[in-house]
Amino acid sequence: MAEDIFFRMTDIDKIYPLEGEDVHALKKVSLSIDEGEYLSVLGPSGSGKSTLMNIIGCLDTPTSGEYILRGREVEDMDELELAELRNKEIGFIFQNSQLLPRLTARKNVELPLIYAGVLPRERRERAEAMLERVGLEDRMDHMPNQLSGGQQQRVAIARAMVGNPSILLADEPTGALDQKTGAQIMELFHELNDEKRTVIMITHDLKIASHARRVVHIIDGEISEGGLHDA
Amino acid sequence: MRKKFIMLRESVTMALDNIRNNKVRSFLTLLGIMIGVMAVITLITTVSGVSGTISSSFSSMGVGTLTVSVTGSDLKTGMTPDDLAVIAALESVDGVSPTVNLGGRVSYGKNVQTGKTVSGKNAYYFQANEDMIVQGRGLTFIDDDNSTYVCVVSQDLVDEFFLGVNPIGETIYVSGLPFTIVGRYEEDSGGGVSSIFMGSADVIVPYTTAMKVNNSDEVTSFTVYLKEGADSEAAASEIEDAMDKLFDYEDDCFTVASMESIEDTMKNMTTMLSSLLAGIASIALLVGGIGIMNMMLTTVTERTAEIGLKKALGAVPGQIQSQFLLESFLLSMIGGLLGVAFGLLLSLILCQVLGTSFVFNGGAILLGVGFSAAVGIIFGWAPARKASRLNPIDALRAA
Repeated sequence: MAEDIFFRMTDIDKIYPLEGEDVHALKKVSLSIDEGEYLSVLGPSGSGKSTLMNIIGCLDTPTSGEYILRGREVEDMDELELAELRNKEIGFIFQNSQLLPRLTARKNVELPLIYAGVLPRERRERAEAMLERVGLEDRMDHMPNQLSGGQQQRVAIARAMVGNPSILLADEPTGALDQKTGAQIMELFHELNDEKRTVIMITHDLKIASHARRVVHIIDGEISEGGLHDA
Repeated sequence: MRKKFIMLRESVTMALDNIRNNKVRSFLTLLGIMIGVMAVITLITTVSGVSGTISSSFSSMGVGTLTVSVTGSDLKTGMTPDDLAVIAALESVDGVSPTVNLGGRVSYGKNVQTGKTVSGKNAYYFQANEDMIVQGRGLTFIDDDNSTYVCVVSQDLVDEFFLGVNPIGETIYVSGLPFTIVGRYEEDSGGGVSSIFMGSADVIVPYTTAMKVNNSDEVTSFTVYLKEGADSEAAASEIEDAMDKLFDYEDDCFTVASMESIEDTMKNMTTMLSSLLAGIASIALLVGGIGIMNMMLTTVTERTAEIGLKKALGAVPGQIQSQFLLESFLLSMIGGLLGVAFGLLLSLILCQVLGTSFVFNGGAILLGVGFSAAVGIIFGWAPARKASRLNPIDALRAA
C-alpha cells in the first residue's frame, strides 16, 4: 500500500526546543503530491517554509507525523538512510547556486554521482548530457567564477537533475538573480516539468510562485491549499 | 568494494586539490612535520655512524689491554720508570707501555707544523704492536735506557714532509730539539674520531727522552698489556693493589680502565645522547602535529558550506570524515617524506664532516614515515570528526 505512494505527508509536526520556550515550526502539516506535479510553497519569512523544505528534502526529520517518499517511510530513517535518500530522490537547487568554487562546471555536476558510486566515464557522460540540457554545452570546463549568476544556477540545476531524482527541490531559485535571468530560469523549470519532472519550489515571492501549476500557502507553520488570489 | 575504491580515489584527488589550493598554508604546516622527521633521521643515522666508528676502533685495539691514568698524591705525582717495572713484573702482566705527550711543534727544514701529536713510548710498545712498522725500525730498549734522540713517524707525517723522499735518516725538530728518524709506521685504522681514543701519534720518541724534554721524571698515563688468557677483571685488581702500595694507600690517585669498560661507557653515552636528542625531535613532531590539527580545524570551519552541500547531495558522515582524515594524512606524509629526504642528505653531509661512515638506516626511515603517518591520522581525527558531524542545514545556512 505504502509502496504505491509517491509523496504524502500526514500531520507533520516540527518542534525546535529553544531555551525556555519550544518553537512550533510546523503544525499538523499534511500534503500530498503526485508525480510530475509543479508545486510552489509560498510563505513569508518565519512562516516555517525552510523547515518544511528541510523535511521534504530529507535533511531533517519531523518531530511527529508520517512522511512517505516513493513508498519509503522517511520519518524513522537514520542518518545513513537519509543520505542515501537525498542522493537518489532529491535534487536540491539553492538560492545562491552553492557550487564548489575549485571545481569545473562538469565536476560540480558529477558530485552527486560520485556519492552514488557511479564510474568516472559514466559520470562524465551523464554530467555532459545534463549541462547540454540546461544550455551550457560550451561552458563545461569553466570554473564557477567564470560563469554568470544565471549560468551558475543552470549548473546547479544540472547538478540537481543528474542523479534522476524524484523531486527537484528549489529554495528561492531566483532570489539572487536579476529579473530577466530569473525569468529564464523559470522557463527552464517549466520545460523540465513538461518533461514529467516533479518540481517543488519554496519561495516568498508571489510572482515566482505563480509560475507553478499548484500553490500551497504556509503561514505560522500551517499550510493551506489554494489559488494565488487567497494570498 | 568497487564503490569504496571509487570513493577513495575521489577523496585522494579532492584532498590533494585542497592541499594544492592552499599552497603556502599547507607548506608551512607540513614544515613542522618535515623538520621533526628530518631531525629524527639525521640523529639516528649520524649517531649510529659515530658509534659504529667508535666500536670498530676499540675492537681494532684488541682486548687484553688496560689503561691506567695517574692523578697522583701530593707526595707522589706520577710513576717513575722503576714503578712501571714493578707493574710490568706482575703475574698477569706481559708488559707496560707509557705515554708521555710532548708539544706539537714539528719542523723539517723550513716546513713548520704545529698541532701535531708527539708521544713518548717505549720499546715494549713496538714489541706488542710489531706489525705497525712498515719501514726502518721501532724503538728499542737501548733507546729507552739512553734517552736517544730518535723517532718513528707516521705515514701521514711522511706524506706531509717527505713527499718522494726517503725519510729514514733525516732529522726533524720537535720542540726545538733534533730527532733522527729511524722508522715509519702506519696506523691500522683511519684518523678522525678514532685517533682521539686510539691515542695515535704523528711522531713517537723514546719516553725517557720525552720526560727529559718535559723536565719530569714521572709518567701519568700508561697502557698495560696482559698476558694471553689473563682475566682483565683479576688483572685490574692485581694492578690496583700494586698501585695502592706504590701510592702509599692514598685514595683517588689513579684509575684503571679496560678498553671494554671505556667502550661500554662510550656506548652508554651515545645511547643516552641519542635518546635525549630523539626526545627533542619527538617534541618537534608533536608541535608539527598540533600545527596540522590547527590547520585542519581552520579548514573545516572555512569549508562548512562545502560540507553542508556535500551532505545535501548524499555524502554520508563516513565519507566526509575520510576525506578530511585523508587530507591531514597526506599533508603529514608529504612532510614526512620530505623530512626523510632532507634528513638523509643532512646526515650524509654530517658523516662526511665528522669522518664517520654513512650507514643507510632503513629502520630510521620507516620510523620517520610511520611517525608522520601516525601524526597525520591522530591529529587529523578530531577535525575530521567535527566535519562529519556538522548538521547539513546549519552548514548550508552558514554560507
